[in-house]
Amino acid sequence: MDIPYTATARPDTGVYNAKVGIWLFLASEVMLFGGLFSAYIFLRIGAPAWPGMLGGQLYKTSFDVLNVPIGTFNTMILIASSVTIVMSWASLMMNDFKKYKRYMGLTILCGLAFLVVKAFEYNAKFSHGLFPADGNFLAIYFTLTGLHGLHVVGGIIVNSYFWGPGSKMWKTDPKRFTNRIEVAGLYWHFVDIVWIFLFPTIYLL
Amino acid sequence: MSLKAIHIFFIALSILLALGFGVWSIYHHYVFMGVISLLIGIALVFYGIRFLRKLRHVDMR
Repeated sequence: MDIPYTATARPDTGVYNAKVGIWLFLASEVMLFGGLFSAYIFLRIGAPAWPGMLGGQLYKTSFDVLNVPIGTFNTMILIASSVTIVMSWASLMMNDFKKYKRYMGLTILCGLAFLVVKAFEYNAKFSHGLFPADGNFLAIYFTLTGLHGLHVVGGIIVNSYFWGPGSKMWKTDPKRFTNRIEVAGLYWHFVDIVWIFLFPTIYLL
Repeated sequence: MSLKAIHIFFIALSILLALGFGVWSIYHHYVFMGVISLLIGIALVFYGIRFLRKLRHVDMR
């Protein structure tokens, strides 16, 4: 039995089913990250100094603890990846499968580059003796960026599947495949938007 | 909401971040990073306009 409305819009919702599904999922994700952002706000409001004492040293601003240029570089990587994933979808809309492969490959590389940079950043913190248990600032920093990093890993896995074995669908059902890439792109944009809020909140304020 | 619409929203947020961060950086004496950020913000404005023109026939739903 075929799954209905994978390629065409469902009359009552006006969109295909996967799009309804991804928006419901993203709504739950907004609540997850929203809860953690709320935790950040309340921790900060209740703290006498922020970031405060970490590893026996007093820090007056978050950018004394975190590396802003590295965070900026990672922000640029994610902005670039949002452009490449939308280009991969647009390439499919224009029936150019070769371009799709190129842009989706670039998106995956951007995701991997983001993770490598993040790993260096984490390593620098650990080598300076700064761990999540050393203070509220570091706890919320590692929780938020770690959870965001896990979402990037999830996105890379899905995008890699659509770049590799999953791309066979283009030959049998191109419209449905294009919709799948749009849904993957919506998820990837959500991950990018979270970072756009996370970066200034944690690194700069 | 389509990928096109969310991309436009994302680019608008990125422009605000780039310009805001550029001002923040210059204020905190990271002049090079600030100038680069402001230039990226301006480049994103042009990219956004180009993107809107190129995909104007695509449905926003």
